[in-house]
Amino acid sequence: MTIFKQSKGFWLSVLLSFILFTVVQLLLTGGILNSYYENMIIFMGINIILAVSLHLIIGITGQFSIGHAGFLAVGAFASAVITMKFEMPLFAGLLVGGIVAALAGMLIGIPTLRLKGDYLAIATLGFGEIVRIVFLNIDYIGGASGMQVTHMTTWPWVFGCILITILVIRNFTNSSHGRACISIREDETAADAMGINTTYYKVAAFVIGAFFAGIAGGLWAHNFYIIQPSNFGFLKSFDILIFVVLGGLGSLSGAVLAAIVLTIVSTFLQDYPETRMLFYSLILIVMMIYRPQGLMGTRELTSLFKRKTKGGSKDGNHHTTA
Amino acid sequence: METTTPLLNIDHVGIRFGGLRAVADVNIKLFPGELVGLIGPNGAGKTTLFNLLTGVYVPTEGSISFEGEDLCRLPPFKITRKGISRTFQNIRLFSELSVLDNVKVAYHSQAKHTMASSILRMPGHFSGEKDMHEKAIEFLKIFNLDQYMDEKAKNLPYGQQRRLEIARALAANPRLLLLDEPAAGMNPKETHELMDLIGLIRKKFNLTVLLIEHDMPLVMGVCERIYVLDHGQLIANGTPEEIRNNPKVIEAYLGEEVS
Repeated sequence: MTIFKQSKGFWLSVLLSFILFTVVQLLLTGGILNSYYENMIIFMGINIILAVSLHLIIGITGQFSIGHAGFLAVGAFASAVITMKFEMPLFAGLLVGGIVAALAGMLIGIPTLRLKGDYLAIATLGFGEIVRIVFLNIDYIGGASGMQVTHMTTWPWVFGCILITILVIRNFTNSSHGRACISIREDETAADAMGINTTYYKVAAFVIGAFFAGIAGGLWAHNFYIIQPSNFGFLKSFDILIFVVLGGLGSLSGAVLAAIVLTIVSTFLQDYPETRMLFYSLILIVMMIYRPQGLMGTRELTSLFKRKTKGGSKDGNHHTTA
Repeated sequence: METTTPLLNIDHVGIRFGGLRAVADVNIKLFPGELVGLIGPNGAGKTTLFNLLTGVYVPTEGSISFEGEDLCRLPPFKITRKGISRTFQNIRLFSELSVLDNVKVAYHSQAKHTMASSILRMPGHFSGEKDMHEKAIEFLKIFNLDQYMDEKAKNLPYGQQRRLEIARALAANPRLLLLDEPAAGMNPKETHELMDLIGLIRKKFNLTVLLIEHDMPLVMGVCERIYVLDHGQLIANGTPEEIRNNPKVIEAYLGEEVS
């Protein structure tokens, strides 16, 4: 049985994440971090999930999608309906939010993923706007004034969702299926000629990415007391896109890092919303000039530690190289 | 030779792009185990014909059958899975992936583990990946590329990139291999090595090969039969000796020396 055969690095990260969880949990329950910081941490977690899910679509599969806030909105409203209208528990809300967003991803993915590059970007941008406007006109979910949602999102929920998101997307990426997606990013014609069903994998990446964006939407909805369609406009999609680009296209840890850094920055700037966008744009411009490959390039944090061990394959297939 | 059924039968195939007839009324039969050349001046439609064979384009006339099965309208990945694999005129490697992973991608369609087993890291994932890893390394050894295993494909020297592209095409387990100008940009030494390689893989993998090439010594040296394409139409077909002396071919090349 090889099921528990994981690398040392894997168990180390399990340990580290457990420590991280406990420390933050203790700080929160002990009252050392007040609600201002709690809010920031939860928001950071939601952003990490969004960044990682979009990383799979843009960074790994190379499909330039800029309608991610659309999936966020679908997940937010779907989960809010489940918990508020049907009075089901948060878990059901998150799950349904994810599934509905995934279905939306499939629905939008199958026709639009034939498009390439900028055409796909415009189509997904359109999708995001359509979602917003449709929700704006559904009275059941409150229309423009939005929906009142009970605050239920707590650190353990957020942490659990981050963990699942990262684990699933890492496992997917470091497998033959993930390689198929990367080959599409690298050269779609060649991938096709090598027997890769490119449409299938593009849609798969889109669906998985949308699923986790939907879960992030569920967490979002139960954090902010009220959700309105206007929360999920183009600028929100743009925010998520910045995490992925700034972190380095193709780097999961880069996306996480960028989400953390930018959440901190924008939290401290939230009293000056105009300055925030100005600052964001400045960061992007400076970044594109001096470090166009992003914070991490295509590398992962783990590769920094792996340098010393020779001969290990770089894609994280520790089990195959002894 | 004519008594066996053809592996590939291109029957009166043609394609129009708007008013342009890029390929017209082409008939080619390939028999199992043959090494056949396809030559012609620039713009004659050789690569277009490859694109027709691999499903990138759909022919507007005629039909293509492989082992008796009609290939027209199948998407490229299905044609590859039926046993036709190709290389590209301008190298198309997955440049950010390692040499090993390039080969693994070609193995993907033969992978047994499902997406769910990979995401949940079930035993099937590990055995599938391990199997793939070992097969890919074995494969690279045949091509003497195993020393570059972990190198990114884009960092390989040009000649090795061509070699890797052939290796990758073969990893997809084809019975028919289409090589689009494999010697382009190679020096005479590399071309010579390539000729040896083609001979080797042909025997080892029991392959039928269709080769587009501008390098005449290479084509004349390795091919058993040659088809000549000019302005989208076949103008000659025969042994290297016959082609060399065919006046139509000499004319097509505008007096260029054919040998």
